[in-house]
Amino acid sequence: MRLAGDTNEILPGQFVNIRIEGLFLRRPISVCDAQEGLLTIIYKVVGVGTESMTHLLAGQKVDMLTVLGTGYNIANAGENPLLVGGGVGVPPMYMLARQLREAGKAVRVILGFNTKDEVFYEEEFRTLGCDVTVTTVDGSHGVKGFVTNALDGQQSYYYTCGPLPMIKALLQAAGTHGEVSMEERMGCGFGACMGCTIQTTQGPKRVCKEGPVFDAAILQF
Amino acid sequence: MSDKKAMNDKLQIQLSGITLANPIIPASGTYGFGDEFAELYDINCLGGISFKGTTREARYGNPLPRIAECGNYGMINAVGLQNPGVEHVIAHELPRLKSHYNGCIVANVSGFSVQDYVETCAMLDKEPIDILEVNISCPNVHNGGMAFGTSPEAAAEVTAAVKAVTTKPVYMKLSPNVTDIVAIAKACEAAGADGLCLINTVLGMRIDIRRRLPVIANRYGGYSGSGIFPLALRMVNQVARATSLPIIGCGGVSSAEDVIEMMMAGATAVEIGAANLTNPMVAKEIIDRLPTLMDELKIEKLTDIIGIVNHE
Repeated sequence: MRLAGDTNEILPGQFVNIRIEGLFLRRPISVCDAQEGLLTIIYKVVGVGTESMTHLLAGQKVDMLTVLGTGYNIANAGENPLLVGGGVGVPPMYMLARQLREAGKAVRVILGFNTKDEVFYEEEFRTLGCDVTVTTVDGSHGVKGFVTNALDGQQSYYYTCGPLPMIKALLQAAGTHGEVSMEERMGCGFGACMGCTIQTTQGPKRVCKEGPVFDAAILQF
Repeated sequence: MSDKKAMNDKLQIQLSGITLANPIIPASGTYGFGDEFAELYDINCLGGISFKGTTREARYGNPLPRIAECGNYGMINAVGLQNPGVEHVIAHELPRLKSHYNGCIVANVSGFSVQDYVETCAMLDKEPIDILEVNISCPNVHNGGMAFGTSPEAAAEVTAAVKAVTTKPVYMKLSPNVTDIVAIAKACEAAGADGLCLINTVLGMRIDIRRRLPVIANRYGGYSGSGIFPLALRMVNQVARATSLPIIGCGGVSSAEDVIEMMMAGATAVEIGAANLTNPMVAKEIIDRLPTLMDELKIEKLTDIIGIVNHE
């Protein structure tokens, strides 16, 4: 979905929170890209909220809170950062990859999916000039297996977003010199309700406010 | 009379001798200590702020998920009183709130034993807070919280014990998860409470039919949002008719119309809860809308309508 509006101050890794007619809670969706007044989000239909988003019409106004949460810190990248996105964790990697490429970094991207039919944005990352590896669990496209099968350990730093089992495996294989975007069921999405607080080595942290992007070293599983 | 003075008279209310510029108070647990909202608007427009429920010791709260949606009408939460503990609140959160907010500060306190309530309230007694809101109604913690709010004897015991250690006005926050809220309200009144706040959330549940499991990790949680407004209104009205204490009405309020209705039922002030979480501007929008709505309804001063449906 592409939306026109104020995209100033939006960082890669942040999310927006969308109000949906007929539902009480907003739906948090990660930012895929934001520049020059155009916001791109990619979502997967998983429930009533995302299902009703598919009925939004072109030109319709959407009530949305933006600039939510922390973003990825580009200053930590080093010269050859690795970006790892799994499934619906792929979109936030795009804006990050674009900004890292604009900063002249050699960006390696690993995109993990279950099967060929789910693969998206492979070409878009290539167009940015990234070194892209796609993995599929069933081997129907790219490297067979999980994102960890495509690691070479050569990265200066990593950034990741994806399902919890993938993140756990990545931390085990690649260490904690990186940043992880976490996902939790949220109430407000802006830090007021304490609905999404996780435990870290530095105490309780709200995924919506101190996160969703965390230093991998403070996470506890 | 200047316009400003006229506006003051129009919206101003009093709680136990404390003047609030208007009756609007964000409810505890939906507003943190105001920081997130202060980024969006000047929170000095608020009559008061009831800060995040504070306990003697720091608490992480319940496991995740803590939140479940209930259609268009509300949500269930089982946060479980996550807070940094009263000492941290006194040292950090309260001074920060005080530095950018001049209105009425309502300190919301929870405990797991009478001793807990007493110690926490005694510590806050020396601090720049205006009202102690004693939560005997949290549905999300075991062996405490709501247990004190479900029997008149226990509610009276907490009330009397807290009153003995503080000079601040003590408002008991009541649970709707009881057979007879009036009996509990009367017990608090008899034990010396200065006021009441009602209602806390309604114990509820949602099930994920695909996973065949409760949505909330803690199984049950507190249902809040516009869906509970009629229930809250009825209970406020019952209590207003049975006691002479000032009432802070709470439960599902999400518009200026709801505020007027809550006051007509008998509330002197009105807390806004879950609505803050879906529209962070709602408290300010309600305050801005009240004068126009009052003109439409030919209400000169809000104090004129408190409990008006109870007058014979």
